[in-house]
Amino acid sequence: MSTEVVTSTLPADRSALRGYLAQLSWGKVAAHLALLALVVLWTFPTAGLLISSLRDKDQLTTSGWWTALVSTETNELARLGTAADQIEENGTWHIRGKLFEADSGRSVVAFGTSFETVAGTLPGQPVEMRDGGEINVAADGSYDWVSPTPFEVTRGPRLFYVVSIPPEFTLDNYIEVLNAEGIGRSFINSFTVTIPATVIPILIAAFAAYALAWMTFPFRTVLVAAVVGLIVVPLQMSLIPLLRLYNDIAGITGGSSKTYLGIWLAHTGFGLPLAIYLLRNYMAGLPRELMESARIDGASHFKIFTTMVLPLSFPALASFAIFQFLWVWNDLLVATVFLGNTESTLVLTGRLRELLGSRGDNWEILTSGAFISIIVPLIVFFSLQRYFVRGLLAGSVKGG
Amino acid sequence: MLEQITYALIVVVIGIAACFLYFWGSNWLLDRLLQTSPTATGTATVRSDRMRTAIRPWLFLAPALLFMSLYLVYPVFATLWLSLFDRNGVHFVGLSNYIWLFQDPGFQQSVFNNLMWLIIVPSLSTGFGLLVAVLADRLWWGQIAKSMIFMPMAISFVGASVIWKFVYDYRGPDSTQIGVVNAIVSAFGGEPQAWITVPFWNNIFLMVILIWIQTGFAMVILSAALRGIPEETLEAARIDGASDIRMFFDIMIPQIFPTILVVWTTITIVVLKIFDIVIAMTNGQWSTQVLANLMFDWMFRGGGDFGRGSTIALVIMFAVLPIMIWNIRNASAEETTR
Repeated sequence: MSTEVVTSTLPADRSALRGYLAQLSWGKVAAHLALLALVVLWTFPTAGLLISSLRDKDQLTTSGWWTALVSTETNELARLGTAADQIEENGTWHIRGKLFEADSGRSVVAFGTSFETVAGTLPGQPVEMRDGGEINVAADGSYDWVSPTPFEVTRGPRLFYVVSIPPEFTLDNYIEVLNAEGIGRSFINSFTVTIPATVIPILIAAFAAYALAWMTFPFRTVLVAAVVGLIVVPLQMSLIPLLRLYNDIAGITGGSSKTYLGIWLAHTGFGLPLAIYLLRNYMAGLPRELMESARIDGASHFKIFTTMVLPLSFPALASFAIFQFLWVWNDLLVATVFLGNTESTLVLTGRLRELLGSRGDNWEILTSGAFISIIVPLIVFFSLQRYFVRGLLAGSVKGG
Repeated sequence: MLEQITYALIVVVIGIAACFLYFWGSNWLLDRLLQTSPTATGTATVRSDRMRTAIRPWLFLAPALLFMSLYLVYPVFATLWLSLFDRNGVHFVGLSNYIWLFQDPGFQQSVFNNLMWLIIVPSLSTGFGLLVAVLADRLWWGQIAKSMIFMPMAISFVGASVIWKFVYDYRGPDSTQIGVVNAIVSAFGGEPQAWITVPFWNNIFLMVILIWIQTGFAMVILSAALRGIPEETLEAARIDGASDIRMFFDIMIPQIFPTILVVWTTITIVVLKIFDIVIAMTNGQWSTQVLANLMFDWMFRGGGDFGRGSTIALVIMFAVLPIMIWNIRNASAEETTR
């Protein structure tokens, strides 16, 4: 676009034009690079999580995830065989064995008889052993300890070696977290919380939004202003009074104060102001003639709402549904306060937080657990991004 | 496990049915009770018509008003009330919670940290968002880039904390560093650190997480605003020979300034309530405490101190208040022009 402008404003001076173009393209290159840098910076952490969650857990702790595609080298040690394993061949005695399974794709890079000399000898070169004789180690991990005299060792000496391990990807981490770490259970819990907490507020909000958009009654503007105000009321204000209320109700009914019903209703209450605001803005934008002609035809408000406004408002309903879904699914605070930390009701965010505390160093568990918790919102997000963006724009640009 | 999902789905069905039953039923009842009988005289018809019109909006609004009153309005007053009472909300203690609060080192630290968050996070998120929006709109692969930068918006704060804790991960000085930051530091010959335990700077490392999340939000809104600048305005500036930089600062920024303000305030509110990241990363240790986490702490510490918890919640509410009033005024102004 810029080049067009240039040609139209500076058509005569060719060399100046060329110079200007050169400068422009440098600007373009800088723009490409800057954006690329930002994109890399923004995606790198998530990529690390995903790749790490698929790596073998031993490799994960010994090498950075960015090396996942190349072989990693680590130090290991193995005990050799004892005199009991020796065989005699042509007058020499041999103890043969393997440092590791030959078909594992691993290979010995170097070896030695002590920790200090671990990188001292390359495979194929013999090394003197303290217990007599010398040892040959092949790259595939098989060794041959040869001695001219019979062996007398009863306890296999240790052999240190540097091993190159090929990249290994596995779903084991996922299987482990889903079963043993309770992520599977929490996944179900998260769904249990999220589905009703997303659907219930929509209907309630839609009716209220319609009333605020298309019905005339006293205090309407006051109510709209109140809804706008309530959008930003911090959740923290509600926690203690509601916790007390829930406890009191549980005391009267003899039930528990931490129930799914309780959290569904809480999310409904907290989500309503934004829902009403978004839906009302959308509905108010529907053509007035449409409403009026329907009214003249004798349709009641209820009929107009259910047969015309509700279907027409689908984009706004979808926007809010995505908002609420993401918000509820990703929420930690409301779930912790109103559903508690018991094993059977812990949602994914709560579980992750707990794992961060108890399994802080077990990255194979944390990364795969975190990925399971973010995959659902990511799918929702990418498949319905259009509606999400529309909702964001409606929710904030218009003064919210 | 499957039963639980089934249970949730049944609740959804019941909930929807109950909503419809209420809305449909109450409407039907209203029409029925205030029926315009064909034999009624003109004034009676008008009167019952008028009453129906007056009542119906409230039928539509009732459930929403009920929920909002119970879950948002009542708690504001209850919290205000509870802040004047002791830990169990039984004995009146006057202003002593407030006096305690302002002398509490934990609170002072939280306020300091929150202020830092308030300065750094909204400005950098908006700044990066604007940068990406401007760059992406000029490049052919901008849409993909925007999607990628927008993606963290979908990730929970706790999930993001795991992601970034891994980035900041620290192993002993002799081990291979598997956290990116420490790997880079080591590669340049520096000393690896347990970053999130380094006071003061760890606050910044936590803020990075929120900036990472909120930049996408700022970008989307600002990008839409940039596209809303009339083409003639830009064209006129170009013909006048304005450079790209001048265009950006003298034309684009002033044109989208109201939107920048909206983005800024929206992120400010998120920052004021920031909780998940801090509890997941440090739980307020190593001088990273913030108000929302402090409040949560007092709410449950030793069985819970509701008086002090309420007082801290009120401080957050107080901080949100100016933005709330500003929003209401904006919305009301828009309402009158509608």
